Amino acid sequence: MSLRKNHELHQRRFSRNLGVGLTLAAFIVIIFGLTVVKVSGTDFGMATQEVQN
Amino acid sequence: MTDASINASTATAQADEASFGDYFALLKPRVMSLVVFTALVGLLAAPVSVHPFVGFCAILFIAIGGGASGALNMWWDADIDRVMKRTKGRPIPSGKVEEGEALALGLALSGLSVIMLGLATNWFAGAFLGFTIFFYVVVYTMWLKRSTPQNIVIGGAAGAFPPVIGWVAATGSMSVEPWLMFALTFMWTPPHFWALALFMRSDYDDAGVPMLTVTHGRRATRVHILVYTALLAILALGTAFSGIGGPVYLTVALVLNALFLHGAWRISRRTEEDSEADNFKVERSFFKLSLLYLFLHFGAILVEALLKPYGLGGWS
Repeated sequence: MSLRKNHELHQRRFSRNLGVGLTLAAFIVIIFGLTVVKVSGTDFGMATQEVQN
Repeated sequence: MTDASINASTATAQADEASFGDYFALLKPRVMSLVVFTALVGLLAAPVSVHPFVGFCAILFIAIGGGASGALNMWWDADIDRVMKRTKGRPIPSGKVEEGEALALGLALSGLSVIMLGLATNWFAGAFLGFTIFFYVVVYTMWLKRSTPQNIVIGGAAGAFPPVIGWVAATGSMSVEPWLMFALTFMWTPPHFWALALFMRSDYDDAGVPMLTVTHGRRATRVHILVYTALLAILALGTAFSGIGGPVYLTVALVLNALFLHGAWRISRRTEEDSEADNFKVERSFFKLSLLYLFLHFGAILVEALLKPYGLGGWS
């Protein structure tokens, strides 16, 4: 039996699914933010210069 | 199966269904708050500047690592958690979360936190976090917790690593100051937990955990509390004259250690009859003071670190 869209399981697990979804979204934001910080940092610039030289 | 029994089983499933909060509870949020605070102090007390976002990520992943070890601890200790009043309501004993789920969550978050801390800061810090998780889960939880009455002393070491990880995350190297912060938490843990064991006594007896109160008796525990508190006071006051200390820290340390020593002295002088008569009033207030003790010592280290850019922190 396939689950209907409005199956009670969806309601019952809504908070858990929402929590997982928000956690994953936050993780994406963190990865993006870290990437921006690392790319714009001096360490990354020095490495790029070394490659160019 | 009748409709009534189906409805009843559905109702039971709904009641037993784990919410997101139950999985979060596996990470021991209250312990995590201590980890966050001490790691933050370690990171900010370090003599280098860290990008705020990198600092935030470092603390977050140290906290997740601490939470992961909490989940693994709950997985391994599920049998004794079912026996103890204090831990009966945890997600596994209450039937909300299965043991395998806790194990999976703990392992996944351990790997994630170590890798992410390594990527965000440096691999020394990542490896140190990995070692801390290993120490807490394998050395303390699996090995020594149930085999030695010094379990609390060893467990204290695991809880004392976060400021060192915070420092290493910032600097990428080691020095004596983070180990002073480590020693502070390490020496604070035994009197803190032994005071708890004195007034939560039946819990550890029932679970068969060899707490000092059970193996060496309650009088010996009272003396141990006093000895550890005296050693802690020497260490805490000595830290005032190190690179992370200063006048603010010294003032806080003088007041708190005087109060803490006084509490430990009173505990050591009391008989069981005295304690029973007032429902362990002195032991309970000592336990409450111990929470404030650690928070204010690390708070003072943080204040000294934050004052330094203005030429005010430390002794210079």
